Amino acid sequence: MCANSIPLQTRLPRTVRIAQVRKETDMVTTFILPISLGSLPGQFVMLWLPGKDEIPMSIALDDGENLHVTFFAVGDMTKALQKLQAGELVGIRGPFGTSYAWEKKQRLGLVAGGYGAAPMFFAASQAAKDGCTLDVIIGARSKEHLLYQETFASLPRTTVHIATDDGSAGHKGHNVAVLEQMLDDGERFDQIFACGPERMLVAVCALCEKRGIPCLLSLERYMKCGYGLCGNCSVDPLGIRLCVDGPVVNGELVRQISEFGTYHRDELGRKHLF
Amino acid sequence: MKLLQTVHGVTFQNPTVLASGIWGITAASWRRAAEVGGAGGVTTKSIWLHEHKGHPNPTIISTEHWTLNAVGVPDAGPEKAREEIAAYMVRKPAPLILNIIADTVENYALTAAALLPMKPDFLEVNISCPNVEDEFGKPFACSAPAAAAVTKAVKAIAGKTPVFIKLSPNALSIAEIAIACAKEGADGFTVINTVGPGMAIDIRSRMPILSNRVGGMSGPAIKPIAVRCIADVYAATEGKLPIIGTGGVHTGEDAIELMLAGATLIGIGTAIGTRGFDVFAKVAREMQEWGEREGVEDLEELVGGMHRQLRKGK
Repeated sequence: MCANSIPLQTRLPRTVRIAQVRKETDMVTTFILPISLGSLPGQFVMLWLPGKDEIPMSIALDDGENLHVTFFAVGDMTKALQKLQAGELVGIRGPFGTSYAWEKKQRLGLVAGGYGAAPMFFAASQAAKDGCTLDVIIGARSKEHLLYQETFASLPRTTVHIATDDGSAGHKGHNVAVLEQMLDDGERFDQIFACGPERMLVAVCALCEKRGIPCLLSLERYMKCGYGLCGNCSVDPLGIRLCVDGPVVNGELVRQISEFGTYHRDELGRKHLF
Repeated sequence: MKLLQTVHGVTFQNPTVLASGIWGITAASWRRAAEVGGAGGVTTKSIWLHEHKGHPNPTIISTEHWTLNAVGVPDAGPEKAREEIAAYMVRKPAPLILNIIADTVENYALTAAALLPMKPDFLEVNISCPNVEDEFGKPFACSAPAAAAVTKAVKAIAGKTPVFIKLSPNALSIAEIAIACAKEGADGFTVINTVGPGMAIDIRSRMPILSNRVGGMSGPAIKPIAVRCIADVYAATEGKLPIIGTGGVHTGEDAIELMLAGATLIGIGTAIGTRGFDVFAKVAREMQEWGEREGVEDLEELVGGMHRQLRKGK
């Protein structure tokens, strides 16, 4: 997907009334918005709270009628969003960026860390419709932070695996270790998709390279415009803008991004180590 | 038609230049704009003497006609800029125009002094940003004495580096500002910065969309204003000083129109959002194709061409 194929009216936010607020965990909330943007799994929207801020948010589902966004209340903006109720207004721009892609009946391994489970669910639900067989490996700090566990399990031909840092559910340790064990046990995948913290993505990327499996990873960088003008999400040394050439990037391209797993830039363009 | 342009001894492979404020925060971005995108030159985002925070989002919104931006000129200051410029200079693919901004006449000179050792090809002085007016009042570009004072201060330390003053379309008389800067030794002008500012309101929430409420307008709709301003500055300075014409250019024909008004180089920014990051290569190719169809051999024939045509008619 390139910048010029996005309809231009998607670059101005339009406000919609929240249809439903769904509490996923203590910290995680899903808004169901009565609008479809024709978005693809992996793409993101800019979510605007009038008078407050606007932030990029990955799409948890776009089923042709409603748009779902799932967020973790960590900063000022997401904490303000968490207080909203059904009927209140939020603005939406998008969809922006690249998406996950698969072929019919492929065998896919989906690695989801933290709230990365939300966009992974969108990919899983669409790939399941295409007859794909899915292994979803959800990782979280502890049991109460696990997202979308039952929702994934309700999809056809889908097996859910769990990993928690403290061992309160599933495997004690990282979800990437679960993937590695599966590969050691002889499981074969056509592709691996991953969304979550960058350290997790680094591990997935390295594992896929070692085993020769194609992978698609969702990268996160500071974004303002969403359509390639501000340059804030430009990565070194390629200078590609992750709002247009990402957020979903294939393993070959990711391995050319020298800052991957090392640093990211803030709104001033200054580097910060991970 | 040859697209090569030499301005103050600096050679640009084609007249398109990445405009300041778009994309160009890092060396990697400048390099990609030039090496893959086809830009004949690149301009840095405006650099401050000290770290400067921008505005909260939303900061950039667009329709097919216009873009409004109030990013608020965020910048980490000269140290980060020096690191990026040094990385770009290692294998410099195209000339680098260093854009600086400041809150006082003295700080313009200090910012220039902090960065001139990096040996940019040109210095572009942003005296016309509409997005920091709340902080600093009306931009220098709206007052001839203020614009002249900034020009004088920067020229005093610029040495052989050509100094381009970036002008505002909002000045009552852009010609008067240009003359005042030229008297103080300006080596050229960038015409124009964004227009307005403008405002967009979300009709359901009844709130302004930009967090800064207002933002500078760019995009296809501002081209006629750019053309008029370029023509005014070219006439006021008798075509003696080069102009980087910027404002609404999306196609080769747009670029040629700005050249006929008096532009020597063509700044492109907002069009990246609609035609992609290689809009520079596309515009350059369209200019060349047009020149070949029309039998134009030299770009010099185009620069200021409207003014000569008008004189012929008399």
